[in-house]
Amino acid sequence: MSGFMGHEPDGKPGQPKTVKEWVFTLDHKVIGVWYLIGAIASFVVAGLAASAMRLELGSVGPDITDNGDIYNLWLTMHGAVMILGFQIPALLGFVANWAVPIMVGGKDMAFPRVNAMSVWLLWSGILLALMNLVIPDSYNGMWTGYPPYSLTDAVGNTALYTSVVVILGMSSVFGAVNLACTVAFMRCKGMGWFQMPLTVWCVFTANVIQLIFVPVLAASVLLLSLDKYLGFGFYNPEVGGDVLLYQNLFWFYSHPAVYVILLPFMGILFEIFAVSARNDVFNYKATVWSVIAFIPVSSDVWVHHAYVAGLPDWLRLLQTFTTLLISLPFGLLMLSLTGTMYRGAIRYTGPMYWAVGAFFMLIIGALTGIPNALSAIDYGISDSYVIMSHFHYVMAVSGGMAIFAGVFFWFPKLTGRMCNTLMTKLTAVGFFIGMNIVMGPLYFAGMEGMPRRYMDYQMFADNATIVSAQHWSTIGLYITFVSSLLMIVVWLHGAIAGEKCTNPNPWGSESLEFTATAVIPGQGNFPTPVICPEGWHPYNFIDNPKPEFEPHPGHTGGHH
Amino acid sequence: MKVKSLMHKVMGAMLALPLIPSLAHAFQSAPATRADYNGWTPHEHWDEVWHETMVDITVLGVIFALVTIAFMVMYVRKGHGERGKLPMLSPQAKLGWVVIPCMLFLGDDLFLYVKGFDLHNHMRNVPTDAVEVKVTGSMWNWNYIDSNDIDSDNELVVKVGTPVVLRMVSDDVLHSHYMQRYRVTEDLMPGRITWQWFMPDQEGESVVTCREYCGTMHSGMYGTVKALSAADYDAYVAEQTASVPSVTGVASAASTADKI
Repeated sequence: MSGFMGHEPDGKPGQPKTVKEWVFTLDHKVIGVWYLIGAIASFVVAGLAASAMRLELGSVGPDITDNGDIYNLWLTMHGAVMILGFQIPALLGFVANWAVPIMVGGKDMAFPRVNAMSVWLLWSGILLALMNLVIPDSYNGMWTGYPPYSLTDAVGNTALYTSVVVILGMSSVFGAVNLACTVAFMRCKGMGWFQMPLTVWCVFTANVIQLIFVPVLAASVLLLSLDKYLGFGFYNPEVGGDVLLYQNLFWFYSHPAVYVILLPFMGILFEIFAVSARNDVFNYKATVWSVIAFIPVSSDVWVHHAYVAGLPDWLRLLQTFTTLLISLPFGLLMLSLTGTMYRGAIRYTGPMYWAVGAFFMLIIGALTGIPNALSAIDYGISDSYVIMSHFHYVMAVSGGMAIFAGVFFWFPKLTGRMCNTLMTKLTAVGFFIGMNIVMGPLYFAGMEGMPRRYMDYQMFADNATIVSAQHWSTIGLYITFVSSLLMIVVWLHGAIAGEKCTNPNPWGSESLEFTATAVIPGQGNFPTPVICPEGWHPYNFIDNPKPEFEPHPGHTGGHH
Repeated sequence: MKVKSLMHKVMGAMLALPLIPSLAHAFQSAPATRADYNGWTPHEHWDEVWHETMVDITVLGVIFALVTIAFMVMYVRKGHGERGKLPMLSPQAKLGWVVIPCMLFLGDDLFLYVKGFDLHNHMRNVPTDAVEVKVTGSMWNWNYIDSNDIDSDNELVVKVGTPVVLRMVSDDVLHSHYMQRYRVTEDLMPGRITWQWFMPDQEGESVVTCREYCGTMHSGMYGTVKALSAADYDAYVAEQTASVPSVTGVASAASTADKI
């Protein structure tokens, strides 16, 4: 591969120059940027779908549409695109690709061509998913695709759903193998497993979870198409199938998928908290083991998505207990984040504003999960706005803020420029307040019984709590919408006209992507292979030895 | 050395801590009748556990948030060169900061688990005097056939004071029968019979909605539970059975083999 698209690592700073270099790149950083662009584009599409739904729900009766099919299309696009197009690619695409190889001191991912394959598959999947907005038989079966509805004609194009999930799943599996190998084999000299930044640990663990569980998801959705188009009948009770088989298979992947999103975004929080407080991560090794503990703990809790689905009572009680056990590793991570503040020297930078918002929203999101874990409580709130508000606090408010915190944090390394600090902070505050007004009142609407996935609520027209919660939530949308739009403007302005960065380490991090690279890391990341000296640690802010470089430039070897 | 062995004893004792709530519960005999749940109906019991859970998570969240806010206010960077001064943890402290928080979390988990288990037993054991109603969900309609063979759509009429068990099946796709007042939800699906029960305790109407996405008119799939006094209910039954032909044949087709 030597010489192909200038990939030979020479450590020269700067981005690719030509369109050809951008498109056919094998550089993990450029691929990371492609992931980020795909993720942000998906965020815009899915955000617009969310906005349309929120406007429709602003008052009782039709507001902007009275067509259930159109509303259900928005609903499907919102869920599927946010999860599969925005959050997973932003975390396991952008963070995993752009940041992780540099953080471990590698010159690239272990398999750059497989890496390019992953991002091409991601873009194919996203474009295919967007086609759902224009095809005549658009798929409206939600991102969950439950049969028997997804086997009917009313649902639209089930094959499209299957294809999108399988293509994105392949992208994930390629990416996961690649990243696991990168972390295992591409670490620079001197960096032991317990000297890796927590972002690396979190992304690595998330990818291990992907490797174990994604194939189950791919199989479960493939069987949908076999059922619908070829009459196999895995899920069709009329020919001896079982509709619950799908729910078991689907959630066997899709609950662990929650941690595929949660862990990397908590990894970003660890990075920003430690750097902003210039403090060691509290109880680092125990934190690493807590992250790893998510692999076994997440694998035996899927029934809490199906407490009311007619599964045996003993199973509900068993998985109530295993679900509650998640609080142990999760609680330790939160303790560690708080402990990282203890006796710190905190500076509130732009990214730190976003990260603090994400942290406090994670407290709400996590604790509102506890009632949902109890099977008996779930009988009263299953599939209501209570659960909807809970997972939006975790994924949308906290996860979204953490992802954006990460984008602002690594922005100077991507573009060589800084975002406007004041605007970064203002948009963080706006997004935080807006999303709380959107999601907070809906929790109370859920306590009154408001079901999710409803386009109207005339049966609750005389319930003042629900009506006013919906009203306020829609007002919150305007604040969130303006803040999100401004945030994108801040990025664009920063990338084009932002203040030029002269310091390769603007936040004062000790991690290699800041301490051992140029302002914009070039091909191969480091001029010569980097070495972590004895006693180096990414969270040692007091007497950390500086990273060293191998003496002979040009002696770096290829990827073969 | 003495300090270390004391540490070990304290940590050993912490390991036993989560057992306390479950042991306390074990000494209570398992409730067998309605009166044993403080006379609560299942939905009153649900409200009680919900309330306790809310208090529990609010206290936890406020403590956690306040400690973090205190740190974030107290430890703002003063000078440009200032560094964080997190103390080095001894091996014992490192272990202690894992074991003790885990035991506290586990203690709270078990406390809530026992409450939930109790409520689960209440909500999932049908009283022997319950009357049975057959429910069929279809896109987008609720059909009820009650113990008097009265067939109605989107309106379930029940008698105050008599527990009702719903045996449910779907004609087409997944649906989920949710009764707002009675805090119960259970999915309906083709090929399996599911059930839920509730205790009408007051006269009046309350909302039924579908809680599993079922297509275009999912949000139009709602109905009413009407709880009548004994006299009103008898009048209702007399009126219905006089004017409506029997639907026994339909009812037995939907009948179930398994008994509670």
